[in-house]
Amino acid sequence: MSKLRTTLSTAASLMLLASNCTHASGKLLLTGGVNSVEGASGGGLTPWATIGSYATDDEIGANAFYTQASSQQFSLRTFGVVVGLHDRVELSYAKQSLDTGSAGSTLGLGRGFTFDQDIYGIKVKLIGDAVLDQDSALPQISIGLLHKRNADSVTVQSIGAHSARGTDLYVAATKLWLEYSVLVNLTLRASKANQLGLLGFGDATSNHYRSQLEASAAYLLRRDLAIGAEFRMKPNNLRFAREDDWADVFVAYTPNKHFSLTLAYVGLGDVATVKNQNAWYLSANAGF
Amino acid sequence: MKIRLLIISVLLLCTSAFARGKTTFEQFGELKGLTVLMDVFMNELLADPQTEPFFSVADQDHVKKMLADQFCELLDGGCIYRGRSMAESHQGMGVNRAQFNALVECLQRAMKKQKIPFAAQNKLLAKLAPMHKDIEQAATPKQAPKKVIKAGGQW
Repeated sequence: MSKLRTTLSTAASLMLLASNCTHASGKLLLTGGVNSVEGASGGGLTPWATIGSYATDDEIGANAFYTQASSQQFSLRTFGVVVGLHDRVELSYAKQSLDTGSAGSTLGLGRGFTFDQDIYGIKVKLIGDAVLDQDSALPQISIGLLHKRNADSVTVQSIGAHSARGTDLYVAATKLWLEYSVLVNLTLRASKANQLGLLGFGDATSNHYRSQLEASAAYLLRRDLAIGAEFRMKPNNLRFAREDDWADVFVAYTPNKHFSLTLAYVGLGDVATVKNQNAWYLSANAGF
Repeated sequence: MKIRLLIISVLLLCTSAFARGKTTFEQFGELKGLTVLMDVFMNELLADPQTEPFFSVADQDHVKKMLADQFCELLDGGCIYRGRSMAESHQGMGVNRAQFNALVECLQRAMKKQKIPFAAQNKLLAKLAPMHKDIEQAATPKQAPKKVIKAGGQW
């Protein structure tokens, strides 16, 4: 409880900090990306090279988001904040809770057992401008890390994970082909995480990074509306349960620079021994 | 497997959007359409507090004429833009990224009001976007090149 309170007050002070500095509204609509399920700005499943918020090079901006993803058996709630500094550096925080529902009792954890983790992210833009550099084939390229701390270390080790903490490293390239109204992103990630880290990191015998490729494509239908699809490779470390790659289709709606809504349908495959999970994913984002 | 079908349909929808009969210039209503668009655009620029200071003091009819010519040329409409370069015409104005983007949004609103198809709007924007380098770089007057040779004689 006190942890939650700390988290909330951190989030509130970050937002206050951001709103006090500048009114960040410089970037074009929809170019701030949405918040991925791990916090960092991007698509729903994968971080992009975009720097979150609408802040331009002399502004600071922030987003707060809430995401709910529910499959037949599981329910994942995520909330968090993203701060964009001068369109160069992005700081993010996300808190995830995975409710195992009735699968919890099958797994011997008890019905409705929840796995919780905190994800701290930093991303730095290295080169390029995905939106404005329309005369160049060079994408916007950023590097980032997501440091994840699972709160249930005893449980994740009991199901065969090596550790309850891990850090994902990634490089992302994003390019908007405005001429075709198409945005493409490719992300290469090194990760040890089992189901994002909710089931810990690595397995009992090995704790190695594995490289994962992630891709997103979006088509802009209107200034405030985009549709697209994503794919994300996942490691398959745990012996007790197979882990599958993820894919989704999404629609993102941004009526203005202060609010956006993303709806997606995600194919999760097998999750913690439960076969063939598909989830509805709804994410709301408020920007400052 | 439902998800794969969905992804394929999204991709098909994307590709179908590329096939269009009219040229972009025609979708803008040719030079006549561009001339009307510039009136709407200028009104948007004067209504936006971020862009108003730049355009209220300008010779608006001249700016509209230049923009219509320039856009017509960019859209392969057979015009030749004879105005000053973007770097020259924005010299010393101090335009920053947020103001540049505000101008783009004024243009987007104007194009929407003129019911120009969204894909055609983006084709024009794709040609305008790279100009941010000239427009923003002209923000500070160019400094005279510094002398390289110091008193110590290093080269």
